[in-house]
Amino acid sequence: MVPFLQWLENTDGSVFIRESLLFYPFVETTHVLTLCLFLGLIAMLDLRLAGLALRGIPVSEVAGKLLPWAFIGFALMATSGLLLFYSSPVKAAANIFFRIKVVMIALAGINALLFHFTIYRRVAAWDNDPAPPARARLAGYASLLLWSGVVICGRMQAYNWFDKGKG
Amino acid sequence: MDGLALFQWFEATTLGTVVRQSIWMFPVIECIHLLALSLLGGTVLTVDMRLLGFGLRSQPSAELARKLQPWMVGALATSISTGILLFLSEAVKCYYSPPFFYKMGLLVLATLFTFTVRRRVAGSAPGKVPLVLVRLTAVASLALWFGVGFSGRWIAFY
Repeated sequence: MVPFLQWLENTDGSVFIRESLLFYPFVETTHVLTLCLFLGLIAMLDLRLAGLALRGIPVSEVAGKLLPWAFIGFALMATSGLLLFYSSPVKAAANIFFRIKVVMIALAGINALLFHFTIYRRVAAWDNDPAPPARARLAGYASLLLWSGVVICGRMQAYNWFDKGKG
Repeated sequence: MDGLALFQWFEATTLGTVVRQSIWMFPVIECIHLLALSLLGGTVLTVDMRLLGFGLRSQPSAELARKLQPWMVGALATSISTGILLFLSEAVKCYYSPPFFYKMGLLVLATLFTFTVRRRVAGSAPGKVPLVLVRLTAVASLALWFGVGFSGRWIAFY
């Protein structure tokens, strides 16, 4: 794994991003600001699922109308995130917060898929309930917690408190 | 008292000193600042998209804005209070950072705009405000808040 990451870090693209005065800050700014589009809109759905916000609006409408925009946000966030990783893969991969972050993203994905293929299949039965069934509320809370954890780890990654090896 | 002396005074306040001298407080406050930004962005976007005719467009905008108002105000209050703590801890650095002043100017404009024009427009009955003005309000709101976020990120770079 490490030889591959070292090779990656020495490619022209990686060096370019790392050393650029403007491109790197722009990629990072994109990564942070798409939080609004991705996490912000996901949070709207999660809060609706938890029964905390937008209570009068059908769950399927919140999901159907806001998720496509959240996916655009996710695409931007993932692209900018991959570019940031590409700019210093060795350092990122060695960072404990980065590792936790990757695990939490996977868990958030699993949570979303589980929700989608189980309780959401029967959404017609609870679409208008101000407080959805426990399974749906749980999925909403889990998503909020996991994505918040992802943001926290992403921010903490910059501090390299527990970096292994050379930073 | 000149500007620099004022910012030095900010940095010397008890709150500023406590945050600056702690290893973990600044990062933790930063995380809360970012999470609040996400929520603020989500509530602002949901209503502005509605005003532009996207997203939850079968809901009356007044209803949507009213429902999200407490979340938006809460997120904004959290962003501002965490932002003040971050600022106090490194006020002198902010004094030398042009993006900081852009951000503060845009923040004042965005907040004023949100609680005056946008509030009136989003809360109006359908058809009462000309559609062009509704759309313009949403574009202005998005542009102002985007400016706040963008210049905020650039405090770290310049």
